[in-house]
Amino acid sequence: MSTATRTPGRPRRSVLLTGLTAVVTLYSLLPLGWLLINATKTQPRLLDSFGLWFSGHFALWDNVSETFTYDHHIFVRWLLNTLLYVVLGAGGATFLAVLGGYGLAKFDFAGRRAVFAVVIGAVAVPGAALAVPTFLMFSKIGLTDTPWAVIVPSLISPFGLYLMWVFAAEAIPDELLEAARMDGAGEIRTFFRISLPLLAPGIVTVLLFTTVATWNNYFLPLIMIRNPHWYPLTLGLNSWNQQAATVGGQPVFHLVITGSLLTIVPLIAAFLLLQRYWQSGLAAGSVKE
Amino acid sequence: MTNKLLRRWAPGIAVAAAAALGLTACGSGGSGSDSGADADSAASALAKGGSITVWAWEPTLKQVVTDFQAKYPKVHVNLVNAGTGNDQYTALQNAVEAGKGVPDVAQIEYYALSQFALGKSVADLSAYGAKDLAKTYSPGPWNAVNIGGGVYGLPMDSGPMALFYNKKVFDKYHLPVPTTWDQYLDDARKLHQADPKAYITSDTGDAGMTTSLIWQAGGKPYKVDGTKVSVGFDSDAGTAAFAKVWQPLISEHLLSPVVPWSDQWYKGLGDGTIATLATGAWMPANFTSGVKAAAGDWRAAPLPQWQAGQHASAENGGSSLAVMKAGSSKALAYAFLQYANQGAGVQARIKGGAFPATTADLNSQAFLDAPFPYFGGQQANRIFSDSAKNVLPGWSYLPYQVYANSVFNDTVGKAYVSGTPLTEGLKNWQDKSLDYAKQQGFSVG
Repeated sequence: MSTATRTPGRPRRSVLLTGLTAVVTLYSLLPLGWLLINATKTQPRLLDSFGLWFSGHFALWDNVSETFTYDHHIFVRWLLNTLLYVVLGAGGATFLAVLGGYGLAKFDFAGRRAVFAVVIGAVAVPGAALAVPTFLMFSKIGLTDTPWAVIVPSLISPFGLYLMWVFAAEAIPDELLEAARMDGAGEIRTFFRISLPLLAPGIVTVLLFTTVATWNNYFLPLIMIRNPHWYPLTLGLNSWNQQAATVGGQPVFHLVITGSLLTIVPLIAAFLLLQRYWQSGLAAGSVKE
Repeated sequence: MTNKLLRRWAPGIAVAAAAALGLTACGSGGSGSDSGADADSAASALAKGGSITVWAWEPTLKQVVTDFQAKYPKVHVNLVNAGTGNDQYTALQNAVEAGKGVPDVAQIEYYALSQFALGKSVADLSAYGAKDLAKTYSPGPWNAVNIGGGVYGLPMDSGPMALFYNKKVFDKYHLPVPTTWDQYLDDARKLHQADPKAYITSDTGDAGMTTSLIWQAGGKPYKVDGTKVSVGFDSDAGTAAFAKVWQPLISEHLLSPVVPWSDQWYKGLGDGTIATLATGAWMPANFTSGVKAAAGDWRAAPLPQWQAGQHASAENGGSSLAVMKAGSSKALAYAFLQYANQGAGVQARIKGGAFPATTADLNSQAFLDAPFPYFGGQQANRIFSDSAKNVLPGWSYLPYQVYANSVFNDTVGKAYVSGTPLTEGLKNWQDKSLDYAKQQGFSVG
């Protein structure tokens, strides 16, 4: 029907692609739906009802309050830990990436190509591969089992640096910087007053990336942190999950599920709120002017 | 990653083990760094006070720590759950290797203790008078903490095995409660035929259960003498008896493919699709908290026998508390062990649902008479207590059982997913275990 109205410049709708998109959408929403549905069940109902539909009385609010109060409010502590790691780790990583990316894009200096090669190489190395050497280093310094063991490695984001570099190169015209310099502005002032506002979409993108990476980080805290009081949410939820496999332990699958739901809510909120910036940030540099 | 760190840590084992043997051979009782430690040093440490860190995941210890601190206000105990089982061992090994952040006390399962003892990570408690406690604990756990002439931990709980069965399912299909494993196999066939969704038990390959059942069958596949080890699944009568029953269970698809301890497993225990569990006497606490739906359906029975008329049993699971060698307040740590595993702590833990390792409690009338509402009022402790007495002597685990169990799925586990015969899988496990022993410098014979 509507496919018949073809306006120039607007691509024709493809039934195949629409279908494929629908399948992929369903595929990605299904686990989320499962999580949402099962967070409304009590522990016994969880085990003896069909997974993809509601069952028993609506226990979501009970589950939420039990999640927050279980084991002396430890979930709140984990949430605050995660926030601490994200604010200092992801915030710091973004700050460093912005400084570095801007510097590399707008200043010419010897060895720039070498730095470029190192950064590209670092992007290719997965963080998990570095976790064990990092652990051994940190244990030598005596920083394991402290929040710093999670925060300091999170400060480095080669991908964020690369993204900022590309973004800064495109978003800030050299002429603008020259004009600022001509008018007598120092480099620091130019950076904060002229460049930073122009970089905002890129900063939000990098911030989102590093936030998600730090929020979901599991492996690094797993080997660094022993004391449950410094666990982030990921490790905490896993320790609740393991209770079911412990002699005399109490299975709390309903709290694991509700806790997981609560854990992803802030991420979803961040994505929805910052979506606009994020899209424009990702597209930066994709079209040559 | 676990294995990588383990490998980094383990090469020292053989040398350290030789040193350990040398020390105990002197018969002096005291080990170098603990000079001055004796039976009274724990009491004086308590009077002096201080602070210790305990790594443990056992839930009833929380209450014990609270009571302990109330009784000894000068002592502060920092109880940390640093992970369950393997996770904690990895952390412990990392800490020992790094020489920093080692706790004073650690929970270590019996199967893993000799690895830490040979690696000299845990302290010999003989100097504190632990050798005199032989009569205090039931034989299975006591053997497990006695390694190469030293006592390397105090038994915290024990897991004499029993058969837990869903009486409702057995009644429904008129199945006899099996007294032999042949009968068990027979029940498995009848049950699965009557209800294709129901299985006699769930087993996807579990090293702990396999070794426990071989133990009960009188097998002794592992022989350990200092730094000399041998593994002989291929020439072991107990292993043969086990494979004779377990092979048909696997090849006739009579075992539920549900992974133990998963949510599906709890569901199966609740809805009757997993009809029995042969496991340690600590299981009732997990039934009560995790399988509420089936309260009243389940009962305990003695473990089926490999030969009719026998009363053989084995241990499955259970942990000790050990004092770490690198800890700074070992006397105080030992005082905590005594309180938790020998003194008032034991009662608090029994109240919390734990199964004791202390003979006095296993034989007390109140303990034997206690009815289990979950098992329809059955006095199940009588069965467990008998089982504890009938645990076959002479079993030992490898001094690197944590590693051996980690390769179980690559070897024996294949029998569960492909057509590999169980005996061949066990032979592969044997080969892999021996290869590792050679790499680590054990002499293999």
